[in-house]
Amino acid sequence: MALDDTKKTRDFKVIGTRPDRPDGIDKVTGRARFGADMVLPGMLTGRVLRSPHAHARIRSIDTSKAEALSGVKAVVTRADFDAVPDDMADILDNCMAGEKALYDGHAVAAVAATSAAVARRALKLIEVDCEVLPHVTDVDAAMEADAPVLHDGRQQETVPEGMSQNVIARSEFGHGDVEAGLAKADRVVARTFRTAATHQGYIEPHACVATMSSDGQGDLWVCTQGHYMVRNTCAAILGLEQGQLRVTASEIGGGFGGKTAVFLEPVALMLARKSGRPVKMVMSRSEVLRASGPTSSTSIDVRIGMTKGGRITAGMAELRYQGGAWPGSPVDMGAMSAFAPYDLENVKTIGWDVVTNRPKAAAYRAPGAPMAAFAVESTIDELARGFGLDPLEVRLMNGADEGTKASYGPTYPAIGLKATLEAAKAHPHWTAPLGENQGRGVACGFWFNFGGDTCVSLNITPDGTVTVSEGNPDIGGSRASMTMMAAEELGIPYDQVRTIIADTGSLGQNEVTDGSRVTFAVGLATIEAARAAKREMCRRAAMVWGIDEDAVDWEDGAARPAGPNAGKFPPMTLKEIAAIASNTGGPIAGHHEVNAEGAGVSFATHMVDVELDRETGSTKILRYTVLQDAGKAVHPSYVEGQFQGGAVQGIGWALNEEYIYGKDGVLQNPGFLDYRIPVASDLPMIDTVILEIPNPGHPYGVRGVGETSIVPPLAAIANAVSQAAGVRMTDLPLSPPKVLSALRGNAGA
Amino acid sequence: MSQIHVTTQINGDATEFLCDPGETLMDVLRDRLGLTGTKEGCGTGDCGACTVAVDGRLVCSCLMLGAEAEGRDVATIEGMASGDQLHPLQQKFIEMAALQCGICTPGILVAAKSLLERNPDPTEEEVRYWLAGNLCRCTGYDKIIRAVLETAADMRRAS
Repeated sequence: MALDDTKKTRDFKVIGTRPDRPDGIDKVTGRARFGADMVLPGMLTGRVLRSPHAHARIRSIDTSKAEALSGVKAVVTRADFDAVPDDMADILDNCMAGEKALYDGHAVAAVAATSAAVARRALKLIEVDCEVLPHVTDVDAAMEADAPVLHDGRQQETVPEGMSQNVIARSEFGHGDVEAGLAKADRVVARTFRTAATHQGYIEPHACVATMSSDGQGDLWVCTQGHYMVRNTCAAILGLEQGQLRVTASEIGGGFGGKTAVFLEPVALMLARKSGRPVKMVMSRSEVLRASGPTSSTSIDVRIGMTKGGRITAGMAELRYQGGAWPGSPVDMGAMSAFAPYDLENVKTIGWDVVTNRPKAAAYRAPGAPMAAFAVESTIDELARGFGLDPLEVRLMNGADEGTKASYGPTYPAIGLKATLEAAKAHPHWTAPLGENQGRGVACGFWFNFGGDTCVSLNITPDGTVTVSEGNPDIGGSRASMTMMAAEELGIPYDQVRTIIADTGSLGQNEVTDGSRVTFAVGLATIEAARAAKREMCRRAAMVWGIDEDAVDWEDGAARPAGPNAGKFPPMTLKEIAAIASNTGGPIAGHHEVNAEGAGVSFATHMVDVELDRETGSTKILRYTVLQDAGKAVHPSYVEGQFQGGAVQGIGWALNEEYIYGKDGVLQNPGFLDYRIPVASDLPMIDTVILEIPNPGHPYGVRGVGETSIVPPLAAIANAVSQAAGVRMTDLPLSPPKVLSALRGNAGA
Repeated sequence: MSQIHVTTQINGDATEFLCDPGETLMDVLRDRLGLTGTKEGCGTGDCGACTVAVDGRLVCSCLMLGAEAEGRDVATIEGMASGDQLHPLQQKFIEMAALQCGICTPGILVAAKSLLERNPDPTEEEVRYWLAGNLCRCTGYDKIIRAVLETAADMRRAS
């Protein structure tokens, strides 16, 4: 649905204001029910036995002693699951190991018992006979020809012969002639960058409550970013019909992409089926870190050529991402997004998807993009500074604009990259003085944004209030945004609309809450559903007035006679039409179902000041500014919140967070003490500037905003630290020992 | 192992419960008393989502045994509002969008209330250090810190 023609003159009444969110009181009083807060009569506690080995062949599992323990109602292993369709095989394999345990934390059995204490005892009684195999957790090591192999026969034809079977796929994007372009450069910088695996770090562990009957009907309560995905996946794995499994999304305590997959849910349903009782499963924090999430660790080679005037003549990146124990790292999105902010004649990226003995990578906010941006934006920074050029000017000179052929193929419509760069240049942060041991970094970031399958149902109640039912878990205020868009479109106050997240029995298919799609796609469907309801209300008014329905307009919350009938009848408000609906044809509703296209791409520029402690190597973030295009900010507070939250996750990625595996392939820091995400005292305020370059694909111009904000911080911070240290930093996280060693190396040089 | 009988006060109400000797206060609150506003984020005292006040002192309820609540006065998020009257911090968090997903919110509110009781005029740095034990992954803390500072200013003006 295209941007409304009236956009230039449109005077929004609700959009752009900052009303209280509808779930606010429940969330500040503790009443909101999250995944682990559900209780059902007769409910059992489910627990998972996990592999202590990074790689092991399972010879046999003896569950008899566990089954004999008083209070144990069901024990499940892979033997309880039938063969599944090919596209579900890896998912099931991750939820419950088959022939091999493929990473430390991989589920090998599960029990349901009358209490958590009994369940824990039962797990200790399960005997697993296994042969420990050699393992590999590092992406570059996994690509070596003699590396331990996880799977045979999964390598795709795109991979040249002779490479390790762990290399699953090769992809390539770009255009032009890179070598010819590099030859025209005054300087070419080639560097290798590495990033550690990081976890989404949502504070709410995975949790669900499952009920299954012997007639094939099931109910599931779950914290997820997509309960329709959970339904479809679990139905396929358990051999159920999708219509027989009803999934209700709980309030969700953070996801960031990590709750777009199933982990416990099929197991909980199987335990419920076997025990005949409801089963609740909740992960511990160490299970969350060992067995859910994380994103890829990466190793990336970049070569960029630049003239001394600052024009990029060619860019090349080769990206190696390990995605854990199964194919599907986000390397393609890294390869597609690496140079997306730039208008380049010659550009090429190659992506390698690699498996290792680590948990299967899940989506993490702009999956694949932050690492690629780190590598490219660092190299551009090095070139710009080497020529004594302003890094913002260099980006403006090379920046993509409307009509630019993107490095990954499409030609951009109206985009906001240069607007964010101009805003950065004009921001007082850019010209503020820096002190000793301080550095300032900038970087740009891009994200595609998605649309996808979406259903919205909007109902007019008899008293003229409005309910909106949508199928996407509200992860950060989207019920407020939908309420605002419905109120805007209907011309009624915000408090006259209530939006709920409907269960899977209430709407058709909805794509998960991912790709920054919800405010765009669900918003679009909400607006269309409201328009359908308005058409019907105009029809009802026309019927009452005895005029043609085409001669009725909807304005300011009321049907009004238009054209030759203008002014002949007093307007009929939504409430008046609702009150007589029963006599004019029955209840009034609008609904809209769409595979939404036209999600506008999104760009941001980030600016950060850091100060290094030369004694300890620690980095302090002094000042941080996010400038991002939102298309149209529906609720600016929550747009700012997305900018700030993404930036701070990026700060954690850049400075602290990393998965640390020992030589034994066991995760050494599966807790929030050692996997340290940023805390309040680590940070300054995060300043935000919202740019609004309307998305031509949305009636109000909305673009997704959630993901782009995590793309620039890695590079922006590394650029700032590199400047302060006088050494180019290429290996994340920039932990104090690494910075210290760089400083000492520099001092000695 | 037999259960322990505990007599305590929770949010001002005399309360009795039975618990296992090894059961945490957090599990008692959530699983035995239905006070699920106290959240489990880690179970190891690292995230602060289960923060409650015991005799006015902040504790991670996952690090305290239920049996240790004997004779104490426990305050949870459920006791923060008076009937339908929200505490000024609760109101300000909603107004200023200081929550996104809301899972850390109860612990942060309990902790922030305790700060303002001790220090009605905290600096930004004091708020940041006071809340450093409460992890939030959504907001980047900006709006949380601002909401606490602004509530403190409002409460000073009102007193």
